[in-house]
Formats: sequence, structure tokens, C-alpha cells
Amino acid sequence: MQAFLKGGTSGPSKDKAVSSDSSSSSKAKIIPWVEKYRPKTVEDVAHQDEVVAVLKKSLEGSDLPNLLFYGPPGTGKTSTILAAARQLFGPELYRERVLELNASDERGISVIREKVKKFAQLTAGRARPDGKPCPPFKIIVLDEADSMTKDAQSALRRTMERETKTTRFCLICNYVSRIIEPITSRCAKFRFKPLDDDILTSRLKAICEGEGVDIDDKAVATVLKSSEGDMRKAIMFLQSASRLCGKDSTVSSDIILDIAGVVPGERLEQLIATCSSDSYEDLDVAIREVIMDGFAASQVLSQLHDNIVINESLSDKQKSIICEKMAEVDKSLMDGADEYLQLMALFSTIMTQICHGN
Amino acid sequence: MSLWVDKYRPTTLGKLDYHKEQAAHLRKLVEGGDFPHLLVYGPSGAGKKTRIMCTLRELYGPGVEKLRIEQSQFTTPSNKKLEISTISSNYHIEVNPSDVGHNDRVVIQELIKNVAQVNQLDTSTQKNFKVVVLTEVDRLSKEAQHALRRTMEKYMATCRLILCCNSTSKVIPAIRSRCLGLRVAAPSVDEICQILTTVCKKEGLTLPREMAEKVAEKSGRNLRRALLMCEACRVQQYPFNPERDVSEPDWEIYLRETATLIAQQQSPKRLLEVRGRLYELLTHCIPPDVIMKGLLKELLQVCDGQMKAEVVHNAAYYEHRLQQGQKAIYHLEAFVAKFMAIYKRFLEEGIADIF
Repeated sequence: MQAFLKGGTSGPSKDKAVSSDSSSSSKAKIIPWVEKYRPKTVEDVAHQDEVVAVLKKSLEGSDLPNLLFYGPPGTGKTSTILAAARQLFGPELYRERVLELNASDERGISVIREKVKKFAQLTAGRARPDGKPCPPFKIIVLDEADSMTKDAQSALRRTMERETKTTRFCLICNYVSRIIEPITSRCAKFRFKPLDDDILTSRLKAICEGEGVDIDDKAVATVLKSSEGDMRKAIMFLQSASRLCGKDSTVSSDIILDIAGVVPGERLEQLIATCSSDSYEDLDVAIREVIMDGFAASQVLSQLHDNIVINESLSDKQKSIICEKMAEVDKSLMDGADEYLQLMALFSTIMTQICHGN
Repeated sequence: MSLWVDKYRPTTLGKLDYHKEQAAHLRKLVEGGDFPHLLVYGPSGAGKKTRIMCTLRELYGPGVEKLRIEQSQFTTPSNKKLEISTISSNYHIEVNPSDVGHNDRVVIQELIKNVAQVNQLDTSTQKNFKVVVLTEVDRLSKEAQHALRRTMEKYMATCRLILCCNSTSKVIPAIRSRCLGLRVAAPSVDEICQILTTVCKKEGLTLPREMAEKVAEKSGRNLRRALLMCEACRVQQYPFNPERDVSEPDWEIYLRETATLIAQQQSPKRLLEVRGRLYELLTHCIPPDVIMKGLLKELLQVCDGQMKAEVVHNAAYYEHRLQQGQKAIYHLEAFVAKFMAIYKRFLEEGIADIF
């Protein structure tokens, strides 16, 4: 990861060299914008004030606790700790002082016992090679810790305590409930909030300026809406859209909707209207159409949920029945059940509720 | 002599028959040189693979069409040997990791590492990355998908992934957010009609308009199926007779008969009979979820209003259990039995109302 990030920072200058050597610009090295615009320092991290305050203190020389970051994806959990580590250790020491493990690395109990333990046992010096002081500990970043097995987590408990002299752990996860209690009690917990629209907008605009992308306000609003507070998703949408459009044309909101795989609003309205017609045949046809057009059932479900919750023509009781069915359908979809049948079941529930509910 | 489906498969982005705007986007993408990971999704027979191959050709030229089949071997951490066949050219490699079941993670990690660690030798005449095409990504296990997310970032410099699946519901959000999603909708009935007509013209045949429409209707917006059906008709009888029915696969007829049997009589004896027929279908490799959907479609025709909702719920319920379970026949039979019970109750209530 560190090599990759370093590549990111030194990338742009290398880019130009490569592209001027070869005749075609297509040989330029490509860095995803997500990496390019990752916060470089802790101060850059947007909207997460508590954790930034703690990390700043530790940058000024005070001790750092074991950390547990949790929150929805794309809120800057990994970026924060990486930026902090880089500031603490500087680019040279970074490689030896930080061990990053995430879900794609082998991370069973044996790895915790061997690799993590061995790394944790090494002692660290107080100074950087360039003479500046640096804290005498190493950081182990366990990304996506909620996908670690219970056994691996329990193996971590004692290691965490025994090695506090030399090592700090930083666990990152989406759901704090999947981390076992003994671990959470050993860490300082920080919740990362979903980003505000204002912050997202300003960041996106800055990126657009930096990359020379032409985008109108409506398209920015669409990106915000479809990314649901997830910065990474928003930047990915932006980059994909600008790639699809080419350099010279304006990014429109239609293209972003297409990339995001969002079911158009009218389509959804139409489906609900079909439900209120109480005609089973029409519903069957409409749902077949949706599936044939390649929309994902999970996407339909999440958008439908937003729609149902604010729908004023339904009573609270009807809504609760529908939502319960939604939960069931969502679970079934995750288990790999057939999309058509599940959607049919859901929409026929809605139909019953709308037409015969009262 | 190849099938029409292969013979008339478009080979360049310019020759695609529908979704032209998307093709134009793809071309811009290739021209820009900045090629992201792709996630191509859509129903079967919509032309996902065709689009992928066209894109590859656009990237590397006609060299990608020289394909070879290779067997690769992998060893799991528990020392089990896995074998998987890959289709590759000099520029890309195509693999279906779900072939090896729950060990797919090993294949993904090893294969992509192998491909990605070799740089293209001469980058002045070629792109400086290779492409790995993974099919049926929605059938990958969760671990394999998690393994993919890191790999995707790590080897971005030498390797691009094109993922192909039917639905993004089963692809984890982390992967979806790292790819450029391309939705390939199934062609509309009109589009299928047009394609059928052009193909027939190229073959030197005349296809009556009604016939084309009939085939397109029957195909369920699946272009591959439409072309195959059309060719089958041609073999059976030429010149085309619009009056004649387009022949359907015999298992569909068999399935319909089964549904009729269920609707006619609801008794344990009939259930036993139906079980025999279901076994017959399963042994002929008809996927259980297709059987379930086929049965539902036929059975719903004899139900009305409120009952339909109940039947659909049960179909969804048993299909879900079917996916989780081991053996399909239990769940299919459970559904049939449940339907019989509902239907019988409905009939009895109907009779009671009359008196």
C-alpha cells in the first residue's frame, strides 16, 4: 500500500516524462483520483473533528491510544490513519513502522500469531534518520477488521496489551458491532460521520478544477445524491463520467445516473403506479422489463425504500408491513435468491397494501 | 460452417447494432488511454461478451482474436490441486473463477498476480497493461470478492479487470465502487426483429415481418436465443411459413404440461407423478430456478387476485431456500405441495360460498 501511495504522490511528474517520451499520450501512467486526492495531512481530513484533534495532539508529541475507527464507507477512515502515520514517521521510516493488513491479505489466526506478533515485538527508536524526533512505537493498521474471524480477534487481545510499549493498533471497520467486546474496550473508539453535502461539493469542485473537468451544478448534485455521503464513490463517479465523456465535453447528470446504475425516478414512480392498478399481469410485465433492462434488484430496493418511507398515501401500518417485507427480500437477495421472484413478492405485497390494505 | 450467432457477431464497436451511445462512450474511453476497471452487467443474451470483445479489439487490434485454451493449475493453502481452463490471447486472459467452487479466492489471487507481474515487453506499440476478464462475478464467494478489491488497486499499473455478471446485487459495494459500471440492457423486441431481418438478408433468405416478430416475442428479449431459434426454424422449413408456430424447446412444453397436471388435480398421487416429472427435468440439466419460474408463470394463470400474491410469496420463499439448500428437488416439491394446498383450499371455499 505504501509503495502504491508513494507512487501516487510522485506520479504526476513522472507522467509528463513518460508521455513526452512516447508519441502517444495513452501511455501516461494512470492514478485513480481517489488516490491522488487522498488527504496528505491530518488537517486535510474533512468533517471528523474529534479524531483529528486526538491525532494532532499525538503529532505534537503526546501518546497515542489504540484506535478503533468505525463508520460508513468512504468517510476517510483509512485516509486519516495513513496520513497521520506519514506525518508521524516521515516517508523513510513509514515502510518499517507501519504494517497494514486488510481483508485481501491472508488474515487467519496464524497470521495474527506470527506476522503481527513478530512485527509488534520489534522495538522502535526515538528519532528519525534525519534527526527529527518521532514517537517510539509502530502502528499496525488492521483494515476491514469486521471481516476478521472471532478467533483471530481473540488472538489479538493479549498481543494488544503485551506490546503496548512498542506498538499501537488501529482497527478500521464499518460495523463496530462485529468487533468483539474485549477488543473494543481496549481501544479509543471514534465514529466517522457521513460527509455533509457542502463538504462533498467543495471537494468535488476542487477536484474538477484540478483536473480540468467541465461539470454543471446539476451534475454535481446528482453525484452527491447517488453517492450517499461516500467520498470515494463520489470521486469514482466523477472520474468515470469524465473518462466516458472525453476531455472536451461537459459532464451531464444523465451520464452520472447511468454509471451509478440508478433506476430513473420516473421508472420507479411507474412501478408504484402499476401497483395501485391492482392488475397482476401489468405488474408482471413491468418487473420483467426492469430486470431485462439490467437494473439490479438491490438498487431498486434501496431506491424504493426511500420512496416508500416518505410516501404520504400510505398509513404507518402499511409502511411497516412493506418495510418488513423489504428486509426479508434484501436478505434473500444477499443469499443469492432469484431477483425476479423476490421483486415479484415484494411488489405484490405493496400491491396488496395499496389496494386492500385498509 | 458456424452458427449464425457466432458468424454475425459484431467484432468492432462501430458495428454494434444497438446501444450505440454506449459504444461511442467505450470508444472514447479507449482513445483516452485512461482505461478503468469495468463492470459489465445485464441479463443474458444482451450482448455483454460481444461488447467486451469489441472493446478488447479496439484496445489491441485483431491480435485478440487469436485465442488459445490453456489449463492452469493452482495449489490451495491446504495443498489441494485445482485445475481451471482459461481462454487467452497475447493481450488478455479470460477465466471463470466460480468453476472451482469455494476455492475461487486462490485462483483470483494467483492468476491475477501471475498476469500482473509480467510487464508488456514492448510498450511503444502496445498498451502498457493487460486485461483479465472474469466472468460470472456474481457467483464468486464473498472472500474472493474481498480479495479482489485489494488486488485491483495493487496491480493497477499492469493489469485491468473486466468483470462480467448478470446482476450487481451479489457484487459487494467495495468492488462496484472501484469499477466503471456498464449496464447492458437487453435489446427490445423491435431491435431483435431488425437484427433477425438483417442476418437473414445476409444469408440470402427472406424473413417475413410477422415471423421475425414472433421469434422476437418468443425469445424473451434474449438475442442469442432469438438467433438460434431463427436458425432452427430455417433448418426445419424454408421458405419461412409465418403461420407455423416457432418451435419451442421441448422442456418448456414438458414444464407446461407439468403445471397443467398440478392445476387439474390436487392429491398425493398427483404429487408423486409431478415429482417424477421434476426429476426428469432436473436430470436434463434444467436449472432449478428456471423450473421454479416456469412453474410459477403457468400456475399463476389459473389463480386470481389475492391468491396470486400468496402463490408468488411462496415461490419466492421456496426459491430462496432452494438457493441455500443442497438438493433442489425438496424445495421444488415443497412449492408444488404448497400450491396444491392453497389451490384446494381456494376451491373448497369457492364451493362453500355457492351453497
